[in-house]
Amino acid sequence: MLGLGADRLRADMNRLLALLFHQGVLDEQFLQLQQLQDESSPNFVSEVVNIYFHESEKLLRNLRGLLMEKEFADYKKMGIHLNQFMGSSSSIGAKRVRNVCVAFRAASEQTNRAGCLRALELLEHEYCYLKNKLHELFQIEQQRALAAGVRYPMQN
Amino acid sequence: MTVEQRNDDPRDQFPIGMRVLAVDDDPTCLLLLETLLRRCQYHVTTTSQAITALNMLREDKNRFDLVISDVHMPDMDGFKLLELVGLEMDLPVIMLSANGDTRLVMKGITHGACDYLLKPIRIEELKNIWQHVIRRKKFDSTNQKTSGNQDRSNDGGGEGELVSAGTGNSDHSGKVNKKRKDQNEDDDEDPDENGHDNDDPSTQKKPRVVWSVELHRKFVAAVNQLGIDKAVPKKILDLMNVEKLTRENVASHLQKYRLYLKRISCVANQQANMVVALSSSDSSYLHMNSMNGLGNFNPLTGSMQFQNPAFRSFPPGGMIGRLNTPSGLGLRGLPSSGMIQLGHAQTSGNSNNQVKFQPVTLQGNNNGSILPGIPMPYELDQQRNKGLHIGDLSTTIDDTAVFPLSNSLPDVKIATGNGSNNVISVTNNMLMLGHCQDAQAGREFGNHSSVSVAPLKPEFCSPLQDPGRCNENWANSVQPSGFQSNSFPLNDRQKHAALHRSSSRDNMSVMASQIGVNQFDASSIASASFRPDNSLSDSQSSMIQGWGNLHKQDSSCRPNLMSSSMNSLVPVNGGLGPLEQGLDLKNPMYHRNMDFDSMGQPNYVDPLMVKYEEVEKSTMETLKLKQAYLMDQQRPQGSYMSNNFDPLGDVVSAMMKQEQDKAEGEFDAYPLRV
Repeated sequence: MLGLGADRLRADMNRLLALLFHQGVLDEQFLQLQQLQDESSPNFVSEVVNIYFHESEKLLRNLRGLLMEKEFADYKKMGIHLNQFMGSSSSIGAKRVRNVCVAFRAASEQTNRAGCLRALELLEHEYCYLKNKLHELFQIEQQRALAAGVRYPMQN
Repeated sequence: MTVEQRNDDPRDQFPIGMRVLAVDDDPTCLLLLETLLRRCQYHVTTTSQAITALNMLREDKNRFDLVISDVHMPDMDGFKLLELVGLEMDLPVIMLSANGDTRLVMKGITHGACDYLLKPIRIEELKNIWQHVIRRKKFDSTNQKTSGNQDRSNDGGGEGELVSAGTGNSDHSGKVNKKRKDQNEDDDEDPDENGHDNDDPSTQKKPRVVWSVELHRKFVAAVNQLGIDKAVPKKILDLMNVEKLTRENVASHLQKYRLYLKRISCVANQQANMVVALSSSDSSYLHMNSMNGLGNFNPLTGSMQFQNPAFRSFPPGGMIGRLNTPSGLGLRGLPSSGMIQLGHAQTSGNSNNQVKFQPVTLQGNNNGSILPGIPMPYELDQQRNKGLHIGDLSTTIDDTAVFPLSNSLPDVKIATGNGSNNVISVTNNMLMLGHCQDAQAGREFGNHSSVSVAPLKPEFCSPLQDPGRCNENWANSVQPSGFQSNSFPLNDRQKHAALHRSSSRDNMSVMASQIGVNQFDASSIASASFRPDNSLSDSQSSMIQGWGNLHKQDSSCRPNLMSSSMNSLVPVNGGLGPLEQGLDLKNPMYHRNMDFDSMGQPNYVDPLMVKYEEVEKSTMETLKLKQAYLMDQQRPQGSYMSNNFDPLGDVVSAMMKQEQDKAEGEFDAYPLRV
């Protein structure tokens, strides 16, 4: 029964992953992350992703702070933040987030403040969605690990 | 052997255990990079501060084999770090960035980076980075070997040449190695290291001599002095007077050289025949052939004037003689282009085409020394600034060869005087765009299509994604057939010709890349030339409509937006591909609608709006369109997306991809990797 639970959880996880891939939220880079996870680094994915979340929230706050300034003119700084956001998002396979960053960067290069604002909103939105989904994924994974752990002594 | 080797075991298993220093201020990427590198079995040290990295490097120069560094860092510019590391420690440095803008890449290379990787990094790329370490060490040891006791080529210039010719790398590596050589004389540690590196298996057992340009030139001079028939290895060796060169080296090189000459002379004979035929012909004959040749064709009459004296000025025998002259042909990029030209002459069955060309081949290279008597290249040079550059483009479309020979734009001008004016000028465009040169090149186009193309150039230059794919797609939907047929035969013939000179690998790759560029630009030009007429095919219009009905009024959209959108659409999948991809009509798993409802649909309009608003710069229209789009989104997804009840998210992602392509196309030059 516990075994069944673990299997079901794994199926859930796979389904969620498949959904995220189809939606374009994640791309194959995320798979690469998963492949790097092994016995020597069993929590690699969640480690990296948590760092990513931490950094991204900082970046988003910075971006919003910049754009909210009354006399905002520092597109260059915004570009730097964006660049980092883009780099980290693409590194973990957050495709949609990265795409919004690209649009954001375009708006920024055109010094289109309104466009930047809209892009920022969209970015925050996409980021939230990603975060929620990934949390969900990790939860399932945790449960699965627990279920498998309980099972482990009984049947390898 | 073993005495000289280092005692560390890991070094024996190189690249396993290669010691890498990774620097990146972004912790996510840094952790990922570290893990990837460990997975490649390298020994990794990481830091997020460039200054820390420098200190680590400075305190122990031998601690690392390779440095990987991000470009954008808060405490120090990545390029600065790159320079410092190159100068002080002379380690290979790989740059890393999320931004693949050509300018940045160029900056990296000119600052001495041995590679420039784009994020997201893939493990496959990291698996190969060790080559940079080997390459550097090897050529450093070669420097030491062949020039160690030699007075002559000890200066930086000789070294640089030696190295760069040997590596076949871009200039920067030569430059860096020059620096390295200078450093070697000062630095105590490096010779030790190089001594160790002399143990590379290949250098150890059989000291391989790299026949650099310098060496070869000496060789050729010696052979010429002795006379090709009388040249014996021993005498050549004596004449060359190069230390560390053995008689065996010379002997084998001589053997190869003789084979090469034989090959050349066969071709040369054929060409000579042509030249004989031509030089005795009258001006009108030359006139006909002028298309293929030299260029100078814009005014055909002008070209005749150029050619006649040129041809008459030296006897064919003289040309052949020069052809066979090793010194004439034996060097670097020039001969290979010459060889290609010859090869080309062979393969194209058209005798008319064979008119020239050594002179043509010289063009790109500015070398008067090869065939000194020929005025034509110089005239070409004069003409160069005026105009349109393309390699030999024959008049009849199915003749070959666009040969953008050198790395700079080829100077041959296209004949405009024939019936297929449009085609040729358009191909002019395509090559020109392929080079992404500055605007002045565009001015000479007489053709209307070229005019419309010129302002689009920056955009076209960038999405050089899948030339083959683009070409086909555009061929299907857009291209005039004559135009299309031009590019493919070009491809075949060029490659064919290039293959004839297997030794001219460099040029082949140059050409191949040019071909690729040509093909793509052909398609982009085609799209551009379509645009002015605003005659979109149905598929295209529906594509644009699907994007949000923004383009319903074609006139309201700026041409470059559309063309770039079309272009960016094409590379993804061609034709309706991107949207189909986005729609994925068959897939039942699209729950996205549900998710999006909670978020509110208007949000998904935004990226699109962001893009298009900027371009149109008319807020009113945008608002209207936005509303129209929103309304469209409420109902089952627009006119042509009939089957899918919820492609919204996918459309958006497809759009975003387009935007990404477009954005990258418009604002960054084409990223290295897509």
